[in-house]
Amino acid sequence: MKTFVCIKYVPDTSEADVNLNEDGTGVDTSRFSFDINEADNYAVEEAVRIKENHGGSVTVNSIGPQDSEVTIRMALAKGGDNAIRVEDSRIYEYDPLSIAKVLAASIKDQEYDLVMTGCVANDDGNMSVGVALAEELGVPHAAMVKQVEVQDGKVKAHRELEGGLMEVVELSLPCVLTIQTGINEPRYAPIKGIRQAKKKELKVMSLDDLGLPADQVDESASKIKLNQLYIPQVEAKAEFIEGEDAEEKATKLAEVLKKGGLV
Amino acid sequence: MGDVFVVIEHRQGEIRDVNWEMLNLASQVASDFGGEVVSVLLGSGVDDIADQLAGASSKVLYVDDPVLENFNADIYQKNLSALIDEHKPTIVMIGHTAQGVDVAPALAVEKDLPYLTDVIELRGEGGKPVAVRQYYQGKVNAEFSFADADTYILTIREAALEPIEPAQKGSVEKVEAPAKEEAEHRKFVEYVEAEIGDVDITQSEMLIGVGRGVREDKNMPMIEELAQVFEADLCGSRAAVDAGWLPHDRQVGTSGKSVKPKLYFAVGISGAFQHLAGIKGAKTVVAVNKDPNAPIFAEADYGIVDDLFKVVPKLVEELKEE
Ligand SMILES: Cc1cc2nc3c(=O)[nH]c(=O)nc-3n(C[C@H](O)[C@H](O)[C@H](O)COP(=O)(O)OP(=O)(O)OC[C@H]3O[C@@H](n4cnc5c(N)ncnc54)[C@H](O)[C@@H]3O)c2cc1C
Ligand SMILES: Nc1ncnc2c1ncn2[C@@H]1O[C@H](COP(=O)(O)O)[C@@H](O)[C@H]1O
Repeated sequence: MKTFVCIKYVPDTSEADVNLNEDGTGVDTSRFSFDINEADNYAVEEAVRIKENHGGSVTVNSIGPQDSEVTIRMALAKGGDNAIRVEDSRIYEYDPLSIAKVLAASIKDQEYDLVMTGCVANDDGNMSVGVALAEELGVPHAAMVKQVEVQDGKVKAHRELEGGLMEVVELSLPCVLTIQTGINEPRYAPIKGIRQAKKKELKVMSLDDLGLPADQVDESASKIKLNQLYIPQVEAKAEFIEGEDAEEKATKLAEVLKKGGLV
Repeated sequence: MGDVFVVIEHRQGEIRDVNWEMLNLASQVASDFGGEVVSVLLGSGVDDIADQLAGASSKVLYVDDPVLENFNADIYQKNLSALIDEHKPTIVMIGHTAQGVDVAPALAVEKDLPYLTDVIELRGEGGKPVAVRQYYQGKVNAEFSFADADTYILTIREAALEPIEPAQKGSVEKVEAPAKEEAEHRKFVEYVEAEIGDVDITQSEMLIGVGRGVREDKNMPMIEELAQVFEADLCGSRAAVDAGWLPHDRQVGTSGKSVKPKLYFAVGISGAFQHLAGIKGAKTVVAVNKDPNAPIFAEADYGIVDDLFKVVPKLVEELKEE
């Protein structure tokens, strides 16, 4: 099995303040810490397990800045064989269909059996790049996959639907799967793997190297245009329990809950 | 031209809630585009569903064919593609759901149409859509406009909009399936139901919800103590379940369960929309989170902004004294 796994380098904003630049066209990302997108981490693990069980190779693909190479090397340390990093400031990153075109250009002329992406990027939440990529490549797909069985010339994939119901589908190879979190238990990179990863091939490519005309994936090509970003006014319905310190707040909350008959 | 298509999602004979939400949004914006709300239903033996939809749309356009018995992204794509060609709707709404995102992106690529995902607000300006979606899990909103096109494909966030109250009697039009062939490369095999666990959290009166903020398995005993003083059951976010701190049947949210306890106490949960969708039925929501901007506070009745590792032990101590 020759597998390609697409990973995105994303900021962790779960505990961060998000600030916009002045004209509301971008986010100040300078204080964020970045890492592999959560679902993609599971996709890498699944790809490596398939290689371990069925042989073959794993190529890591990512469109991202030079800083992301640390993250790409981590995926190589876990068992990836080589990597392609595409960097080109002309790519319009708000459009998932442009991202899919670029990824397709980096894969389509190579031999592959399986392509895996995460089912969602936590920063943009498009849930689209994998399925769009399949259409660009002209191969079948299944989205939100939480179990994969590789069989002769095909895969059986369990798609996670709402409420935990699974839809089992059978796809012929080659195909694209978008991987949902929880499909496996991602490993930590072993020290030896980290050492080896330094020597593995990491090819950096521009749109020109891919032979993809920029005017197919730049802002002018995109059919969606960002007007502006703004911070939503979240109406905090909550009554905040105030206090000098955490302990005092806890004590007050205990009072409130007791009064309300909630404990 | 001008019509708003709402692609209906149904499964095992049931219409999913997202349809009523999309139909409500569609009914609010249809006049902006100078058209009508059309429910587009693909299925097999779905006369009943078509009738139900007639109460909430100007028209139900429906294809009833054995090949459409179970959802199959390939077959759906072919049929939707042909229906778009024939009817030229201005807007095509598809749920931003496990079914919707399995077909919408491929359809947009195939037809080379403008495509925006996870839309939470929509209006028409000069016959073209203007739509709002979010980044960074709800921390930033983004307004988008679109290039000129005959048709725009939008996926619509689930459980974010009010459902429509069915009130009209729309027409029902049954049409031949434009594409009847089985998909060559993708086959539906079966549905597998979620496993049933020891506790049915949908029936629990008191629930402690555990989130990624709890950090590690070894902190769970602290949470279990909290559960004891409240005589509550434990449940959690997807992150807590993926990490293996809780079994899958304790997951709350769109891909887990919807709960309706008297008290839902969220500990270190950010409040992603997929999670909030599962706690809409809770009477009282209490949240502890160190981020004052965490979306959980929009759903909570009482909130503490602080370190859960300080708040929880103190709370346990206070309540144990009773
Ligand atoms: C298709 C799909 C379906 C999904 N279905 C579900 C679902 O059913 N249920 C669900 O829950 N999610 C679901 N998700 C995932 C969802 O998008 C979020 O990723 C998830 O809910 C995040 O879980 P969390 O709040 O525990 O973690 P995070 O978002 O990482 O939040 C952790 C929170 O803990 C706080 N925190 C950290 N340390 C402390 C501390 N010491 N003291 C106090 N607070 C602290 C942080 O401020 C942060 O707000 C789904 C996602 C997808 C794509
Ligand atoms: N810049 C990128 N580089 C590599 N893969 C990406 C990139 N953006 C998105 N993807 C892949 O597509 C998946 C879904 O992303 P999205 O459609 O943006 O939610 C991610 O989980 C990644 O696997």
